[in-house]
Amino acid sequence: MYRMRLFAIRHARTFEWIYKCVERGMVAMDPLFAKIGYNRVERPIALVEKGVKTLLFDCKMCGQCVLSSTGMSCPMNCPKQLRNGPCGGVRPGEFCEVKPDMKCVWALAWNGASRMRDGADKIKEVLPPVEHTLKGSSSWLRVSREIAAHERETRDAARLALAEAFPEARENEPSAAPLAAEPLNAINRELKK
Amino acid sequence: MSDTHRNEVEPIGYVPVPQGYVSHSRLEKVLRSGRFAVTAELNPPDSADPEDVFQAAQPLGEVADAINATDASGANCHMSSIGICALLTRAGYSPVYQISCRDRNRIAIQGDVLGAAALGVSNVLCLTGDGVGVGDQPGAKPVFDFDSLTLLRTIRTMRDQGMFLSGRKITRPPQLFLGAAENPCIPPYDWRPDRLAKKVEAGAEYIQTNYIYDIPLFEKFMARVRDAGLDKKVFIIAGVGPIASARAARWMRSNVPGIHIPDQVIERMEKAEKPADEGKKICIELIQQIRDIAGVSGVHVMAYRREHVVSEIILESGALKGRKRARSS
Repeated sequence: MYRMRLFAIRHARTFEWIYKCVERGMVAMDPLFAKIGYNRVERPIALVEKGVKTLLFDCKMCGQCVLSSTGMSCPMNCPKQLRNGPCGGVRPGEFCEVKPDMKCVWALAWNGASRMRDGADKIKEVLPPVEHTLKGSSSWLRVSREIAAHERETRDAARLALAEAFPEARENEPSAAPLAAEPLNAINRELKK
Repeated sequence: MSDTHRNEVEPIGYVPVPQGYVSHSRLEKVLRSGRFAVTAELNPPDSADPEDVFQAAQPLGEVADAINATDASGANCHMSSIGICALLTRAGYSPVYQISCRDRNRIAIQGDVLGAAALGVSNVLCLTGDGVGVGDQPGAKPVFDFDSLTLLRTIRTMRDQGMFLSGRKITRPPQLFLGAAENPCIPPYDWRPDRLAKKVEAGAEYIQTNYIYDIPLFEKFMARVRDAGLDKKVFIIAGVGPIASARAARWMRSNVPGIHIPDQVIERMEKAEKPADEGKKICIELIQQIRDIAGVSGVHVMAYRREHVVSEIILESGALKGRKRARSS
């Protein structure tokens, strides 16, 4: 909905915060998603994501959400689907070249970004072209899964470094520098703290 | 000041570029040597006769360091940019190959970039492209697989990393001077300099702007560009053009995307006895004013269907002052 979209951009900072909370929540649920199977949760989560984001941002489910880098203004609503800023055809009053009744998605994006905490810097980064094979998939799940995997790798790397730094302890008292990965419920307990 | 580069012919076929340069482009040499550059736009013919291209190029070649071959600008169908470039390089001109993202996807564009480089093209200009709706075939499918920035970054990757966007290796990378457009006189005014910074970040080495008729607005833009230090990172070439009549100006303003002509300019055209001469005079004055703005490296003359007046405009404006007369052919 166009009006809802304008509302989301006016409140870009709030939505930026909500988005971060959702992201943290989904990362925390990684062990659960992994247990059920990511390909099994994909469809229901994509469905929820589509419902919420269509209402708020006129989401087109490109599968590669970049809202936090575009001032919470979805670039897929630009008739030219530009990912890196306005074209040279913006009409007086910041209206779209192709759809004269609609505000330029990118003029709105820059306004939204200027209200955000990190968004103002993120909008300056050059984004890659849309990968069309990802259309329709959940970007929430993709992002949270990637962050969770990264956190897991960091934890494993730290454990390995410690074990390598104390080779004698590893030899004589392995539990002082364990190499085995922690069971999922232990990590869950840690996250709850 | 010596002006030897003007008559240098760019090589067709692979020749390594000299150190400190990215291409064999005459335009790059002129800009890097600190001289005021002149580029001009060629209006593509609706014909398959190469003679039409040579005729249009001849008056431009007298004054321009590079000639822009438009890629179906305004979404109107004409002879292709790459076809014109191939003809121009053969005739010893230095073309700017304009690539619009509107009509071709990433597979076609990356292939064409290699093809153009093989044909001796040294300059490219990466553009988003006007929407299909304003053109002569509004029912066409708009492609927009890339935008101008992803296109810039892709060609830079092809040139500097020697690979396609897929990671596949290019055995002989294209040697191209990379350009982009900017439109300082239309909204969102506040963010235009940020957008320019992003284009530089994506790989732009020179910028050709859209038409500038509003000097105060352009000066404001340039002040912000200088504050951000962008004029040191990219060569900015300001776009100008003669208006034929007040009626034409009004038509352009309401029908061609991205054109801002202030009312005072149109009023001046209305009062003039010989509007065409007045349009030429306005253009000359604009060039002289633009030349004095710090951070501007050249002018780009776009004279729609009026190529013959381009050399008069350039010579009368004194834009080439201190430079030897270019090719006399």
